[in-house]
Amino acid sequence: MLRVIDVSKSFGGLQALKGVSFEVEEGRIHALIGPNGAGKTTMFNIINGFLKPTSGRVEFLGRRISGLPPHRIALMGIARTFQIVRTFPEMSVIENVLAGMGKEIYRSWGVFFKTPWNQENVKKALELLRLCGLEDLKDFAASTLPIGLQRKLEIARALATSPKLLLLDEPASGLNDQETAELAELFRKIRDFGVTILFIEHDMRFTMGVADFVTVLDYGEKIAEGKPKEVSRNPRVIEAYLGTGSEISA
Amino acid sequence: MTLDYLYTLITFSNIFIILSLSLNVLIGYAGQVSLGHAAFFGIGAYTSAVLAVKFGLGYGTTLLLSVLIGGFFGFLLGLPSLRVRHDFLVLATIGLNFVVVALFKYIDFFGGPYGIIGLPAAKFFGKELGTGGYALYTAFWVVIVILLMIYIEKIYLRYGFEAIRENEDAAESIGVSVPLFKIYAFTISGALAGLAGNLWAYQMGMVFPDDFSFPVSITILTMVVLGGVGTISGPILGAVLLTFLPELLRFIQDYRLLLYGIIIVIVMMYQPSGLLGRQGILRKAFKR
Ligand SMILES: Nc1ncnc2c1ncn2[C@@H]1O[C@H](COP(=O)(O)OP(=O)(O)O)[C@@H](O)[C@H]1O
Ligand SMILES: [Mg+2]
Repeated sequence: MLRVIDVSKSFGGLQALKGVSFEVEEGRIHALIGPNGAGKTTMFNIINGFLKPTSGRVEFLGRRISGLPPHRIALMGIARTFQIVRTFPEMSVIENVLAGMGKEIYRSWGVFFKTPWNQENVKKALELLRLCGLEDLKDFAASTLPIGLQRKLEIARALATSPKLLLLDEPASGLNDQETAELAELFRKIRDFGVTILFIEHDMRFTMGVADFVTVLDYGEKIAEGKPKEVSRNPRVIEAYLGTGSEISA
Repeated sequence: MTLDYLYTLITFSNIFIILSLSLNVLIGYAGQVSLGHAAFFGIGAYTSAVLAVKFGLGYGTTLLLSVLIGGFFGFLLGLPSLRVRHDFLVLATIGLNFVVVALFKYIDFFGGPYGIIGLPAAKFFGKELGTGGYALYTAFWVVIVILLMIYIEKIYLRYGFEAIRENEDAAESIGVSVPLFKIYAFTISGALAGLAGNLWAYQMGMVFPDDFSFPVSITILTMVVLGGVGTISGPILGAVLLTFLPELLRFIQDYRLLLYGIIIVIVMMYQPSGLLGRQGILRKAFKR
């Protein structure tokens, strides 16, 4: 579904990604892990078009997407959330989701004639909010939500764009144990809706519990990939994590 | 206060309501700072003055062209806004204001420092309106613009605007083209300021470069900020207050800009969302 082909990215003298290739298969829950500064967020930014790769390319559903502006990539079916949450703070919870449902309209004259507040949209928005456990908060301003709920709202907004591939940047960070367990449950529901997930995570227990497939980056290079069990036994992975003091426990 | 004088004030107030609502599209809805809004006001006014005085065009045509050309220049200013950073945009808009006024002043075609005089009165079905009639006519446009704002708040356009205002990256990630929506905001804002310019030119019967200078931009900005950025009622209240108060308190006149500076600072410190904004004291008072 998504193919990252020999992607490099440098910021001035810093090589954040060095010829990374990997593939995300449809229907998977795919994890992208690695120590801090490994280049994971940079990889997301390249996939969804915020950054252009210095070399290499990204293909989605057989078409080259690197070089397209992010709103075009969103239109093609890639949605994302952010490591530092970026909800629309002054909009209400339901408005955040409704705003996410206009990707076709935002690029047409429909922006001047159509309202997001039609029955069908509202129904779908409420379903998404229910899925993410936010239904009771629909009329609150997004900024009033605690961080864990804002993360869920970002997921709901991303799902509102009807994506085929959902990119989640550290969705479990800042969540307590119970919220993390709920998140794993949510991942599976989303996958069952036919949405492929690629997520970045630090929490190893969470990652190993929910992912079907894991790609590991370290210092901008892919050092391992495979099933969670295989990866967690890989000496290079263990070394990378020990080297930074992060624990690894599958 | 004579009745004519009151009608004139009402007309000014109406024109500034349209100006502050149009600036609000840019600042309040789309989050794009502009400190040069009087430039579009001036472009609209000069468009009507030139077309009416030099080309003898009728009122309907000058009105339409003021709106279109105002919108076109809004569009043009929107283009560099796609490239420059936020703080730079502030400077660019100030610069635009000075450039436009300088062009009016130094190009003979625009009448130079003495402006263009002798606009005929606006005629409707062959009849001239008196001062009272013109006040009513401008009020008609205020109603139209308010209805337009209410409409905008309901459609996708506003969601796109809000998205780019609150977070450009998040906006792009849901399919909103940030450049496109900036252009929409600048164009709509410019077109409405052009409308205000037309109304001004025919009210005064003449146009002068200094009527559209930087302090006028600050006046409009103060109206929006005082009343409540991002609301409809706020800019209206701000425009009415700042049109009538200085007239009632004559001694303020000479210190207008100082007063506006103080108002902006005080509002930013104590009422950052404006009197009628989400956290505004007046909004809360009305809710009780
Ligand atoms: N826009 C940028 N400009 C310069 N350096 C950047 C930029 N984005 C990321 N980096 C650098 O690239 C490296 C990888 O960062 P990032 O992709 O955020 O890592 P991760 O998400 O894996 O923690 C870091 O050294 C970071 O400082
Ligand atoms: Mg990161």
